[in-house]
Amino acid sequence: MKLPALTTVAFGAAVALIFFYAPTDADQGFSQRIFYFHVPIALTSYVCFGWGAWKALRYLRTRDERADLESYVAVHQGVVFGALTLVTGSIWARASWGVWWSWSENQLVLFLVLFLFYCAYFMLRYSVDAGPARMNMSAVYALFGVVLIPVSFLAIRLSQRFIHPVVFDSHAPSNMTGAQWLSFLVSLAAMLLLFATLYNVELAGKRIDAHLRELRELLGRRLDGGPQRAQAPALPAPERGPS
Amino acid sequence: MTYIGDVGALARKDLLLELRAKETLPSMLLFVISALTIFHFALPAGTSDVAARGLLWSALVFTALLGLTRAFVAEREQGMFDALILTPCDRSAIWLAKSIAVLAFLAAAEVVALPAFAAFFHGLNGRTVAAVALADLGIVAVGTLFGAMAVAGRARELLLPLLFLPAAIPIVVGGVGGYLWFLVLYDAIFAVFAWGTFEYVVAEAA
Repeated sequence: MKLPALTTVAFGAAVALIFFYAPTDADQGFSQRIFYFHVPIALTSYVCFGWGAWKALRYLRTRDERADLESYVAVHQGVVFGALTLVTGSIWARASWGVWWSWSENQLVLFLVLFLFYCAYFMLRYSVDAGPARMNMSAVYALFGVVLIPVSFLAIRLSQRFIHPVVFDSHAPSNMTGAQWLSFLVSLAAMLLLFATLYNVELAGKRIDAHLRELRELLGRRLDGGPQRAQAPALPAPERGPS
Repeated sequence: MTYIGDVGALARKDLLLELRAKETLPSMLLFVISALTIFHFALPAGTSDVAARGLLWSALVFTALLGLTRAFVAEREQGMFDALILTPCDRSAIWLAKSIAVLAFLAAAEVVALPAFAAFFHGLNGRTVAAVALADLGIVAVGTLFGAMAVAGRARELLLPLLFLPAAIPIVVGGVGGYLWFLVLYDAIFAVFAWGTFEYVVAEAA
């Protein structure tokens, strides 16, 4: 298990850099350090949604059921990271401006929209019976999401003009120093590794779950009826779920 | 039959059904007028045009939602999805026909709703009417795609708003701000998307 170890090391390095190496911001002081968590988490969330859409496309192309599960797990992780983005953004807004929520932060509003959109993904998925229809719909919905991201972002930018005439641009990382960049990039790498680890863990769990269910069904069928054999033959290939 | 012929026949079927049953359109009309009445009491006296226009957009989105929720109910309840899938026509024709039918209902509701809004509140300008027309295209394009998804699930009526409203936020932004170019962009992107992906949504409909 190299990946979890690597993630732990990267996370330790990121936390050390953020708290002891990155310079304290002149304007915002210590609280600005949440930037090194907030932005990498947000970027990781985009990566999750993008990865989920890519797997959804793979599913629609190849009809490979593994791709459907992978797409689901990626979107699930994306929603978790998205929720973290909202929470860290909210804390940052509180620390900087004294409010828990600011509609003038484009990225934060975008995450609210995306969070709502992708939460409905689970409602859709769990409302339809497992099978090809559900896989198709989940895939189309996940693909819709990545198209919606830029469109929503543009819409939120436009809405600033008539809702808030003043546009904040305080967190643009354009004039970051080398030390800030280093902390930021290490933190980003740590978040991406964390995503990869969680993705693998959840995927393994889901696969074991599915496999166990198939074995149980098989066992149930054997016990219910069918010829009793002294020696069971090798287990047949796992059955596909009911359509 | 040609693609256009398929679309025409399917859309005609929906319009005929509505003409005979008279279920969707009257409820949409009543809903939008009731909503505007509620908004009158929700707004404090002397509110600006901008606030009233914002409410017009929420009324329109929710009215469209009402129509979209009903759009695939007949297919579902009568088991017509299977028949539709068996028909030798392109699946995207089903989407296009359904979108045209819902667009017709929505337009008919708006023919009443917009003058009512003008009478109840502060009047309308040409830009808002153009924005409503453009927004309708995007609403039915996305709404029909999601409607077909929602109707396959157990939650149905509950599910469609959850799927549709987050995706409709850009429409409201474009509409309230009067950004016609943005609405055209939205319509184009999502009409192409829905047209291309609809076959997957109904292909294996249970």
